[in-house]
Amino acid sequence: MLDYIKLAILGLVAICAAIAANYGLDAAYKLHALIIMVVAGGLFLWQLRRTGEPAVAVPTGEYMDGPVRAAAIATAFWGVVGFLAGVFIAFQLAFPELNFQWAEGYANFGRLRPLHTSAVIFAFGGNALLAASFYIVQRTSAVRMWGGNATWFVFWGYQLFIVMAATGYLLGATQSQEYAEPEWYVDLWLTIVWVVFLIVYVGTLLKRKEPHIYVANWFLLSFIITVAMLHVVNNLSIPVSIWGSRSVQVFSGVQNAMTQWWYGHNAVGFFLTAGFLGMMYYFVPKQAERPVYSYKLSIIHFWALIFLYIWAGPHHLHYTALPDWASTLGMVFSVILWMPSWGGMINGLMTLQGAWDKLRTDPILRMMVTSLAFYGMSTFEGPMMSIRAVNSLSHYTDWTIGHVHSGALGWNGMITFGMLYYLFPKLWHTKLYSLRAVSWHFWLATVGIVLYAASMWVTGIMEGLMWREVDAQGFLVNSFADTVEAKFPMYVVRGLGGVMFLSGALIMAWNLWMTVRSAGAKPTSDLVPAE
Amino acid sequence: MTDQRNHPEEQVLQDGDPETTGHSWDGIKEFNNPLPRWWLWCFYLTIIWGVAYSVLYPAWPGISGATAGVLGFSTRAQVAEEIDRFDALNADLRQQLTEVDLTTVTREDNPDLYNFAVQAGESTFTTWCSQCHGAGAAGVQAAGYPNLLDDDWLWGGTLEDIQATIAHGIRNEDDPDARWSEMTAFEGILADEEISQVVNYAMSLSDEDGDGVNAISQTYDEELASAGETIFLDNCAACHGDAGTGDRFLGAPNLTDAIWLYGGTPEAIEETVRHARFGVMPAWSLRLSEAEVNATAIYVHGLGGGE
Repeated sequence: MLDYIKLAILGLVAICAAIAANYGLDAAYKLHALIIMVVAGGLFLWQLRRTGEPAVAVPTGEYMDGPVRAAAIATAFWGVVGFLAGVFIAFQLAFPELNFQWAEGYANFGRLRPLHTSAVIFAFGGNALLAASFYIVQRTSAVRMWGGNATWFVFWGYQLFIVMAATGYLLGATQSQEYAEPEWYVDLWLTIVWVVFLIVYVGTLLKRKEPHIYVANWFLLSFIITVAMLHVVNNLSIPVSIWGSRSVQVFSGVQNAMTQWWYGHNAVGFFLTAGFLGMMYYFVPKQAERPVYSYKLSIIHFWALIFLYIWAGPHHLHYTALPDWASTLGMVFSVILWMPSWGGMINGLMTLQGAWDKLRTDPILRMMVTSLAFYGMSTFEGPMMSIRAVNSLSHYTDWTIGHVHSGALGWNGMITFGMLYYLFPKLWHTKLYSLRAVSWHFWLATVGIVLYAASMWVTGIMEGLMWREVDAQGFLVNSFADTVEAKFPMYVVRGLGGVMFLSGALIMAWNLWMTVRSAGAKPTSDLVPAE
Repeated sequence: MTDQRNHPEEQVLQDGDPETTGHSWDGIKEFNNPLPRWWLWCFYLTIIWGVAYSVLYPAWPGISGATAGVLGFSTRAQVAEEIDRFDALNADLRQQLTEVDLTTVTREDNPDLYNFAVQAGESTFTTWCSQCHGAGAAGVQAAGYPNLLDDDWLWGGTLEDIQATIAHGIRNEDDPDARWSEMTAFEGILADEEISQVVNYAMSLSDEDGDGVNAISQTYDEELASAGETIFLDNCAACHGDAGTGDRFLGAPNLTDAIWLYGGTPEAIEETVRHARFGVMPAWSLRLSEAEVNATAIYVHGLGGGE
């Protein structure tokens, strides 16, 4: 019976999508309707062939490692895509000629910039979090994923979201909310996928065989719940037409700005911090083979972090139309957030007590420790930049971009690379192909990040000072173009840093590919440990 | 309580390790270490600082407003104060700039006001004018953005002319006093052959020595050029003058020099003849104060080409 319902729904979706493609008002909408039509049609045929076949028994004694493997591969793939886009737009800023005339309207900086940010945050980071969530919740609950193939739906549904978001940007579909650019129907789709993600995650936790919930799962659960809330509120919009991608935000003016930065900052706080701390709390003790440093610290810093982060958004709107009281509170909560953020770093680094010697021999552990160091640095820099006086210099400058990248490349990137190097051999039951290549990746990435962050500090502070420079009579000394010209050398250095980071990622992709190849046979899933 | 599960990767404790919480997840254990003291005290300090700061500065929202903070701080007041300070400092000079005859504002006669005007003019120029005319005021070659450093003026290069151009702009709909003229698009009026003749004639105007190569080293067709003279006199001379030297009253460019606003290649000139040009400049008196407009006029006049 269920099979026939599935067939009916898939068929209906394919037909509706075909109609939508026919009536579509803009290119992005039409393309997306076609994509949905092809996907639904394909699934219809696939379902048709399976209908009436005897059901395959669910291997309840095994972990569901298929979606973890898929998400791990997708992480590496989207990582390379996102880094490549980043390197390209970095050079577009240094050499505007790279905004090719023939690609105008598709591959100019304005179209590619959201492609880069979404690719690295949501495609690379998001798949890393899917892989980590599925792997960790099963291992630390000692049960298979709850909900059958719903986990596969989350994985493939998320990839569909990524493809629609990315193609939409290139074709100009954007609601102009930073990090929330996809238009209304893409948002609705992600909402469905995300709710299923939450359900399978909580379902697995609820049927866990361990008496307690491991700390990594607290962080991952808070990440899933909060991102759902942020996503829904910041994407409240009314479509202009059911046949087009355009929509109008429900909030306007400063309310919209405040909602956007409440979302934007907590995308950092819950997606890139809480989620990745969940990853860290599993993979660092595993790789170091040492117990977590302090259970007490993990409780206190977890609750402090999630309570404080949600209020910090207004620091993105100092000296704007936002009332001063809101901006003060954003700043105060950001500064108090400093120690709770560092709690994660301390707990991660101190977990190495008794295993520091491994840093000499294990480049994977070295990556994880470096990521914690960058985490500590950027979570100090963040509160500092949220202070009104500092922000009046740093805001709108490249310092912000440098800050984001020392967190994103250093913390999120390095911990994810560490996770992938840990996961691939586990998931394919083999050894990592080359540790030397990991060392190369480590050094290329580290030097790349340093070049990136240092050049952005220099150019950011320089342009901040140039913008505010007035002569004795109060007249501005520099034109905007003067500051752009002055930044050129640093833009080239930043681009080179990006090239190094990308090269490291390519070495990783090759290394992981060779690891999978060396495994040979079709991978099997791990057994759930016996009672 | 200890865990009964048999994890394949149970972590093994070392000698001297602190006690653990007794749980284990997939082999991972947790030490029962206390919170680091320095961490805890820093956390407390930031909280205390936060409470104090939110008393001193506007912070806590109520029903219809928010606490103003003991220090009475406001970002808007902060900005206003800075602006007021410079306004007060410059009020006298600013007032003079709106009243004085601009031609008397020279380095020799009125150095204080002159220096102020040049500073203010440069600042205004780099903020509002540099987008088209370039930060160095050299314009954009062959793109319709005039160079302001030379002595070739479309609408006049005296202080008064420059002031009027800045204040009212060119060919805009916003200011009834904007400078206005409109070249005819000759496509459809002149035959293709006639257009080609007049283009070559226009190129020949800046050929002083008559060797078939003009002032910007473009070679033209002398036969076509001589055929184009009548066409020029019939159609173009009304604005550009019989000799092609232009007319500042109409903003009609001088065609006998080496400066071509939209480029001096045969293709660029043909484009101009066929479809005409319509360069627009905003009326800055609608956005800037009178003192700023006058200061900018003095600055531009002093760049080298002022008359």
